[in-house]
Amino acid sequence: MANSKVSQDTGDLVLNRVSKFYGDFCAVDDLSLTVPDGSFFALLGPSGCGKTTTLRMIAGLEEPSQGTIHIGDNDITTQKPYRRNVNTVFQNYALFPHLTIFENIAFGLRRRGIKDVKTEVENALNLVELGHLAERKPAQLSGGQQQRIAVARAIVNRPEVLLLDEPLGALDLKLRRQMQIELKRIQMEVGITFIHVTHDQEEAMTMADTIAVMNQGKIEQMGSATDLYESPKTAFVANFLGQCNLIKAKVQSRAGGKAVVTAKGHTFEVPLSRVSTDNDSVLLGVRPEKLRLDDKGINSIKDCVVTDRSFVGTSTQYLVRTPWDLELVVFEQNDEGLHDLHVGDKVSLEWDAEHTFALDGAQDINAGADLEEEE
Amino acid sequence: MAFLHGATRTHSGPRSGIKSRSITPYLLLAPGMIWLVTFFIIPIFSLASTSTMVRPEGAQIGTYVQELRFQNYVDAFVANQEQYVRSFIYAGIATLLALAIAFPLAYTIAFKAGKYRNVLLVLVVAPFFTSFLLRTVAWTQILGDEGPILSTLKLLPFIDDSLRLTATPFAVVSGLTYNFLPFMTLPLYASLERIDPRTLEAAGDLYANGFTTFRKVTVPLAMPGVVAGTLLTFIPAAGDYVNAALLGNPSTKMIGNVIESRFFAVVDYPTAAALSFTLMATILILVTLYIRKSGTDELV
Repeated sequence: MANSKVSQDTGDLVLNRVSKFYGDFCAVDDLSLTVPDGSFFALLGPSGCGKTTTLRMIAGLEEPSQGTIHIGDNDITTQKPYRRNVNTVFQNYALFPHLTIFENIAFGLRRRGIKDVKTEVENALNLVELGHLAERKPAQLSGGQQQRIAVARAIVNRPEVLLLDEPLGALDLKLRRQMQIELKRIQMEVGITFIHVTHDQEEAMTMADTIAVMNQGKIEQMGSATDLYESPKTAFVANFLGQCNLIKAKVQSRAGGKAVVTAKGHTFEVPLSRVSTDNDSVLLGVRPEKLRLDDKGINSIKDCVVTDRSFVGTSTQYLVRTPWDLELVVFEQNDEGLHDLHVGDKVSLEWDAEHTFALDGAQDINAGADLEEEE
Repeated sequence: MAFLHGATRTHSGPRSGIKSRSITPYLLLAPGMIWLVTFFIIPIFSLASTSTMVRPEGAQIGTYVQELRFQNYVDAFVANQEQYVRSFIYAGIATLLALAIAFPLAYTIAFKAGKYRNVLLVLVVAPFFTSFLLRTVAWTQILGDEGPILSTLKLLPFIDDSLRLTATPFAVVSGLTYNFLPFMTLPLYASLERIDPRTLEAAGDLYANGFTTFRKVTVPLAMPGVVAGTLLTFIPAAGDYVNAALLGNPSTKMIGNVIESRFFAVVDYPTAAALSFTLMATILILVTLYIRKSGTDELV
């Protein structure tokens, strides 16, 4: 296979109005996406959200039903996978069991007729720090080692885009943390665009520059980990990334850079910049660690009761019931300011206006909650 | 600690536990061992002893005495080398044909059949519901002068009217191929089915087109099935006599036919036994060379 047959374009990866149908089922729904050249991009979502299908369309393993995919100026929508300058790190690695580690990594180089296979493979093995395993077979390696070989096998081809399909899913927690740092280092070293598909929000937040949260074949919101966490635009994003308290409320006024909203007779303030809807019915959101067990602030709820308490090392997590029977989650750091409350204790809650956000009230308040355990 | 202690004691138990455990494997092996000794080991020694016997001068047909005459082997081989060589050629061709037919079949069942996979597998095994002999006899009909194949062929202008298919080497090899096809298909299917489709996708992702993927990934990963299938086809085909007897003619006789007639028609036991042993030895050597050559180190 001559080198020239593989496309060599550089540039951003652009998905333009891509859809994928399986019969009547729409796996990916009119999705448009631009991944800047050289970025570490994560597609995050629960199982069945269409993230793997999206990845497979970029790899060429599935053809879009509609829409186009470009890398730079080159339309790769219907290009065969073996003609694309895109490589994939497969879930469960898909190493060739009959070939040595060296030959696994050399596979792509040999197909393209690259001359200096030995040096290239050795460089790739050194990049993942497994040079001493070249002559082993995949079955003789641990899961973490196989994972790194899968990365080396893809990266050695210097693809324009590297796709990672749940690459850390099969590893135990400790190894996963280690590999997250490792992958981040490799990406910085080689400067290739990484597209990482995962259902693990922590993994996406740790590694990616930009995260696209997917749900039911669409992108819910795209941005940095901080953006998504601090300023979610939908209930799904608020619930799927970390934990979130959402309260049904009504906007009373929008003036002076802030909105005043009421819920069950309580009045709260939100900066207008953090109100992502024109609807007057809103979901008022605040993250558990932003809540304080105090009653001084503008946004406060009095006469609450502690209904559960769990100590988790760095913080104590409380469940607190409001006077109208809504349960809110509160994380309190275990430092000097610790209140050390117990179940049944009366308590007040307060938080800063800047930590509050308001979402369109027409959404399901529980969207995206309790999905994390799914594989 | 006390709890652990108790648990250990009940588990490792008194000595009788260890004793009974060490007898169990032998008890489990016993039925098989008894069977093998009675119907394989003893007969094979009896056959070996027969192979060097000689009929005393003037003795009745079928009466032999042991004289350790190893020349029997040379005589038997020299007299029947034509059938010998022919057996291995026919078996070899039938094996290659079966491989050529079974590989695409097994590949389709393993990767493309979807919900029809089990139906197709049953169809592969279905011939076993009919007797081996009956199926071979059926081939005389299929290939017969009035049969569907020949009458269709004869519609073609360049086919000579005198063409016959029965009682030809073609018929014998066809019969062998057909009869042992499931033994090729099933192991091939088993090893193809074990291939993770993602490794094939990975090959495509790593710049291998369909044909290269097949050559560099599918075939090497199917090698255990290829080796098992070819052995399961070649070994019985080399010793087969039914196909040559029913579908062949005197000049397509295989070594199995010779052994059969030496045993039952001529009652020349020493020659039949010597031929049997030579056949076994040849197959053993060929199989050993083949397994060496096919590179077991390639087989994961």
